[in-house]
Amino acid sequence: MNPRAWLAVTLAIAAGLAAVALLRRRAAGRPAWRRFFRHPPAAIGIALLVSVTALALLAPLAAPYAPAAQLDIIGLQNQAPSLLHPMGTDLYSRDVWSRLVYGARISLAIGALAMAVAVTVGAVVGALAGYFRRSVDAVLMRLVDVGLAVPRMFILLMIVALWEGLSLPMLVLVIGLTGWFATSRLVRAEVLSLRERGFVESARALGASPARVIFRHVLPNAAAPIVISAALGIGNVILLESGLSFLGLGVAPPIPSWGNMIADGASELATAPWSTLFPGLAIGLVVMALNAVADALRDALDPSQETA
Amino acid sequence: MTDPLLRVRDLKTYFVTEHGTGTARAVDGVSFELQPGETLGLVGESGCGKTVTSLSILRLIPEPPGHILPGSFIEFEGRNLLALAPRDLRAIRGNRIAMIFQEPMTSLNPVFTIGDQVAEAAIVHQGLSRKDARARAVEMLALVGIPEPDQRADDYPHQLSGGMRQRVMIAMALICHPQVLIADEPTTALDVTIQAQILELLDRLQRELGMAILLITHDLGIVAGAADRVVVMYAGQVVESAPVKELFARPAHPYTEGLMESVPRLDAQRSRLHAIPGSVPAATAWPAGCRFHPRCPHAWDKCRTEEPPLPAAGPGRTARCWLVAEPARRKGGA
Repeated sequence: MNPRAWLAVTLAIAAGLAAVALLRRRAAGRPAWRRFFRHPPAAIGIALLVSVTALALLAPLAAPYAPAAQLDIIGLQNQAPSLLHPMGTDLYSRDVWSRLVYGARISLAIGALAMAVAVTVGAVVGALAGYFRRSVDAVLMRLVDVGLAVPRMFILLMIVALWEGLSLPMLVLVIGLTGWFATSRLVRAEVLSLRERGFVESARALGASPARVIFRHVLPNAAAPIVISAALGIGNVILLESGLSFLGLGVAPPIPSWGNMIADGASELATAPWSTLFPGLAIGLVVMALNAVADALRDALDPSQETA
Repeated sequence: MTDPLLRVRDLKTYFVTEHGTGTARAVDGVSFELQPGETLGLVGESGCGKTVTSLSILRLIPEPPGHILPGSFIEFEGRNLLALAPRDLRAIRGNRIAMIFQEPMTSLNPVFTIGDQVAEAAIVHQGLSRKDARARAVEMLALVGIPEPDQRADDYPHQLSGGMRQRVMIAMALICHPQVLIADEPTTALDVTIQAQILELLDRLQRELGMAILLITHDLGIVAGAADRVVVMYAGQVVESAPVKELFARPAHPYTEGLMESVPRLDAQRSRLHAIPGSVPAATAWPAGCRFHPRCPHAWDKCRTEEPPLPAAGPGRTARCWLVAEPARRKGGA
C-alpha cells in the first residue's frame, strides 16, 4: 500500500460517514427519514454502501497495483497479508486488495444494472397486468408463474452454457431478464388497489391516455414496493453473479469480480485463505448492508408505522 | 330555445352483478338535455343512478362489470360520444367536458404537487410546455380563490384543507375552459360554510367562463340555490323535470313531494322530520309498474301493474306519474 491508496481509503470512508450525517440532518423534519433511521443497522448499511461505492469509483487511486498484474510469480505467490499487501497475494502473485477494489466495480455495477433492468421490466409488466386486468393480466401472470416456477440459476446456467463467451453487457441483461418476476407480482398487486383510487378516475376524466395514467399517476404511487424490491434485488444479483463466476460461467478472468476471485482462491483455501476470505467478506457485508437498508426503507415508506 | 349543448337520449347503463346472477339496471332509459350556459340539477337519493349517469356521459364506467347498452345516445356538438374512438373521446374529456368529483380527498394524486395536477390537462390537451402550463395553473389557482397561488402550487394535496382541495379540483377541471362541467356532489364532503363558498365560486366561474353545469346532488337546498332546471331521478329513471321555481312551487311527482318534505325547515312546527317510507329498491329487481309505487302514498292498482310514461305536465315540465292523467286520484285534496 502506498500513501495514495491510504488517502483513497480515507476519502471513501469519509464519504460514507458524510452521507449518513447528511441524511440524518435531512431526517430531522421528515417523518419518513426519521423512521428510516430508527433502524441502527440502516445507518451502518448506508455508510458501508457509500464507502464501497466510493472505493470502487476511486479504484485507480485506491489500488496500488493493476488488478491483473502478476507481481512476481515465483517470489510473491500466496503471500500472507502484510503492510505492503494488506490482503495478501493470490496464487498468481496478484495483489488481493487491488483485485478486490476493481472487483467491486464489476460486482456492484452488475448488481445495480441488472437490477435496473429487472425492476423496469417488472414494474411495466406488473402495471400493465394490474391496470388492464382480464386477458392481459392472465397472459402476463401465467408467464410470471412459469418464470417463478423454474429455478433462476437453472435458466442462467442454460443460457450461459449455450452462449459461448458471454460479454458483460449480455450477462447483465440475462441476469436482469430472469429477475423481474417477483417484482411484477408485487407491482401488480399494488396497481390493482391503486387503480380504484379516486385520482385515477379523475385523471381519466381529464382525458389522460392509459399510458399517461399508468406511468404518471399509478406507478409513482407504487414507488415504495418497487424501491424495496430493488434494494433487496441488488444483493441477490451480486450473490448470483458470484455464484456464476465461481462456477466459471460469469465474469471471465482476468477481469476480477468478487465471485471469480473466490473461484481463483478456492484451490488454495488451506494455504492462502486470505485470497478467498476477503472477497467473501465483501460480498457478505454488501449484501447484509443492502438488506438492512431495504428493511429500513420498508418501514420508512409505510406511513402506517408512524405511531409505532 | 337554442340547440342543446348536450343531449342524453334513452341512456341505459347496466352492471353485471358479482356472481353473474343478475343485471343491475342502474340507469334505465334516462333522457335529458343541457342548454348552453345553464345549470341543470340532477337530484335523487343514493342508489338512484345519478353518479352512473354522469360517469356514462364521459364513458368512465368500469367495463366490465358495467356496460352502456346499444341504443343509448349521448350527443355533444353533433357527435355521439358513445360511438367515438377512445382517442377522440380523450380529446373531449377534460377539454370540452370536464368533471369534478365528490371526494376531494382521494381525487387528487398524493405524490404530485397541486400545480402539476392543475397543469396536467393543459399539457395533455393544449400541448403547453411545462413552464407555460404552470403559469396557467397558477392563474387558475388564483381564479378559484386560492391565496398566494404561486407558493401553493408547490404544495402537496395533504397540505391543504378539504375546501381548498375542492377548489384545486375545480381549477383542474376548468383549466381548458370546458363547455360543460359535470359536478358530482361537489360539496358533499365539505362543511356547510365551505359548501356555500364553493357553490358561489362555481356560480361566478359559470358567469365568467360561460359554461353549462350538470350539478349532481342529493341536496334540494343546493338545487334550489344553484340550478336553473331540475331533473329528478328515481330507480334509474327520470321521474320529473321542471324549471327550478316551478318544481319547488308545485312538485308533480309524489317522489319529489316526498323529497321536499324531507328537507328540515326552520319555520316548520313539526317536531319529527318527515321521511319517505322504505328505501330505494335494489337495481337488480326494480318493482313492476311504477317503480315508486311501494313507497307512494297515492298508489292504486294501476300503479302496481302499468309503468307510467313521462308525459308533459305543464310548460317545460314532465312527470312520470299516473296522477298527471288522473289528478283526482291524489289523496288529501289538491
